[in-house]
Amino acid sequence: MNYTFDYGWLLQYWPVLVKGIGITVELTLVGGVLGVMLGIGCAWARALGPRGLRPFVAAYVELIRNTPFLIQLFFIFFGLPALGVRMGELEAANLAMVINLGAYGCEIIRAGIQATPSGQFEAGASLGMSRIQTFRHVVLIPALQRIWPALSSQIVIVMLGSAAVSQIAAEDLTFAANFIQSRTFRAFEAYFVATLIYLALAIGLRQALRGLGWTLFPRRSAR
Amino acid sequence: MNRRHLIALAAGALLAATQMPLPASADALATIEKDKVIRIAVPQDFPPFGTVGADMEPKGYDVDMAKLIAGKLGVKLELVPVTSANRIPYLQTNKVDLVISSLGKNAEREKVIDFTTAYAPFFNGVFGPADIAVTDAAGLAGKTVGVTRGAVEDLELTKIAPADLTIKRYEDNNGTISAFLSGQVELIATGNVVAAAILARNPPKKPEIKFLIKNSPCYIGLNKNEPALLAKVNEIIAGANKDGALDAISQKWLGAGLPKDL
Repeated sequence: MNYTFDYGWLLQYWPVLVKGIGITVELTLVGGVLGVMLGIGCAWARALGPRGLRPFVAAYVELIRNTPFLIQLFFIFFGLPALGVRMGELEAANLAMVINLGAYGCEIIRAGIQATPSGQFEAGASLGMSRIQTFRHVVLIPALQRIWPALSSQIVIVMLGSAAVSQIAAEDLTFAANFIQSRTFRAFEAYFVATLIYLALAIGLRQALRGLGWTLFPRRSAR
Repeated sequence: MNRRHLIALAAGALLAATQMPLPASADALATIEKDKVIRIAVPQDFPPFGTVGADMEPKGYDVDMAKLIAGKLGVKLELVPVTSANRIPYLQTNKVDLVISSLGKNAEREKVIDFTTAYAPFFNGVFGPADIAVTDAAGLAGKTVGVTRGAVEDLELTKIAPADLTIKRYEDNNGTISAFLSGQVELIATGNVVAAAILARNPPKKPEIKFLIKNSPCYIGLNKNEPALLAKVNEIIAGANKDGALDAISQKWLGAGLPKDL
């Protein structure tokens, strides 16, 4: 092997990397929060919502879960302008991630809801709670607690999948690595650094979600 | 042709180039006029300069240029398909009289062959629809330009970009083209050949040249020590430039007329 490793470019290009990390984190935060909210709404609609609504939610979930994320992204960014809906690359990336996590989150959360014993619904009703109140106070929290590890994994997957947004020129961490690679031709070093950063981000995100689980579900061990 | 053939051919070309005496003997123009045939090397894998059509006939900018020259000389045209790697060896080993193969001029090539005047535009520049008035890099302030990441035009545009120009870098030419056509960027920096490929699809937004970033027009290559042939071909190019024949070829294959400074 006669390749000389050279990390000298880090001196010049670290602002690009920092900006990339910032955008990846921002996309993950917005996508994660809004995506889980959308997932909860869809899970409710699919498991307990009005019968007329269920096929539409099911269609959305199947459409998103059975098509590649990259295609969804391209459709929003390059396709929708033909219909007069034009958004910037960050808005398009955020929207695609929310829609994507919403569909996967829906199925994960629905599993948690459907695993709730029917006695728990009846307990809520016997306390004089409305259906919505029962859902919010009695059903949702234990359901989320049950599926929290699976949901956490899905959020991490969405963060890693956000690498695709570099394809629509959103300047995330993958874009930064590609950019540096095309300027310095230091492919090994650029992607190695990006790998380490993604690894750190993923481990950090997982720990943060575990911590969030402890705060959200203090009564029983979600650990 | 498989890989082994190619290697053998390349090796052969190399041997021939080193061992054979240069065809210094003579006056290529006299030979052409005596034999009533001119052999011209053209590309067959580089649209729109040279490709093979569905009817297996070569076509393209370079092919039309070869036809034009043969026509003006009043001799039969023999097209010799070449690749970008073997086009100069073909000339040096006297397998062809001229190379019309989107050949750019540089100091290394000038050491081994001669060049005529330019016959085709080949440049990188900023392109955009007619309603955006930009004539230089400073005029890009506040605009959004799409470019293919890592391409020559990316590097050059980054150097000359005003501070508040937004450059969006796409993965490949298709991304850049899609971003332009879908209105995600107002302008694109790319090659005139790519712009021609967009025009060929007849889109609602037509990329017109705003200003050049890097200009490296194509020249016709010929062997050294052929002053008569060089003068004759230069004369034909000048004539075609004047009577609009060259402009017509450019319109046909590149979707745009010749730049004034060619």
